[in-house]
Amino acid sequence: MKQILFENTPFMLTLVTGSYLFGVWVYKRSKIALLHPCLICMIIIISFLTFMDIPYESFKEGSKLIDFMLGPSVVALGLLLYDQLDHVKGNIISIITSVATGAFIGVLSVIVIGKLFNLEDMMIVSLEPKSVTTPIAVSLSAIHGGIPALTAVTVVICGISGAALGPKILSLCGIKSPIAVGLSLGAASHGLGTARAMEIGAIEGAIGGLSIGIMGIMTSIAIPLVNYLMKLI
Amino acid sequence: MLKGIFIILLYLFIGEVAGYFTGGFMPGSVFGMIFLFISLKTGIVNADHVRKVATVLTKNMTMFFVPASIGLMASWDIISGNWFAIVLITLLSSLSVILSVALIQQKMESSNKKIKQNETDII
Repeated sequence: MKQILFENTPFMLTLVTGSYLFGVWVYKRSKIALLHPCLICMIIIISFLTFMDIPYESFKEGSKLIDFMLGPSVVALGLLLYDQLDHVKGNIISIITSVATGAFIGVLSVIVIGKLFNLEDMMIVSLEPKSVTTPIAVSLSAIHGGIPALTAVTVVICGISGAALGPKILSLCGIKSPIAVGLSLGAASHGLGTARAMEIGAIEGAIGGLSIGIMGIMTSIAIPLVNYLMKLI
Repeated sequence: MLKGIFIILLYLFIGEVAGYFTGGFMPGSVFGMIFLFISLKTGIVNADHVRKVATVLTKNMTMFFVPASIGLMASWDIISGNWFAIVLITLLSSLSVILSVALIQQKMESSNKKIKQNETDII
């Protein structure tokens, strides 16, 4: 009975879209950064599956279609990059330099602090892509032998913390340039950071979107490179 | 609309092929994103053909990773013992990213402006 009712594709797709819409509604109503739609959605679905004693495998099977959409949505970011390129003429070199440095520092810092904590390699690999937008982060984690689910969680942590505290930290450090604000928020906190940057200003928001794309590319390059260099040491 | 879906899927496919032949160095979808960007810039693809589909996809991106994040359920046993280290590392590393990007960008921007000013002074 339970299997016929719940363990099928139409139900799982309804569950994901429904709880996501509810998450968005709560987030917009409350305006609390911590009540992120994804977090709410996760809590609803995990509690439902646990309560009804439905195995994760049948959820995975039923929600495959939504999982597949990750790939096309990353490809679609190409249009975002194209649209925002006009905002950055004349600053291209500084933008690429700073985001590339940020990507390498992001990966390196995870490895160094992770080793200090004696974390297993599989977990360190899972944390490396944390600053990148989730679709890219999840596939990077899978390619390099991490746990995509753990990666997804750290991406959410980066997004929420950066969006909530980022602007305050930046102004404390004397960052005034709109490009620097948008770029750093997008690089450290992907979509969530960009959404916050859009609230600050139009340039900040547009640069944030651009930053997501560049950070994705730079981190894709930085992970194999830093890991290779670490092996030499 | 269908044209847009076709173009996005085609670039994803080409990206996957490129990813396969480069030994999984970068996800196929990232290759697809770069190829689409280059094609838009060079005019091979008309931006209006993909705009509708691409907007729907990027606007709802957050939802597409819900299935992946539910995977946390299956791997909770490995994570639970290390959750403190995981959260701390994530926060510290994220802080280093935001500061390094902002400081380098602001520094380079202001030195850029100075050079430009010097140039106009000479002229």
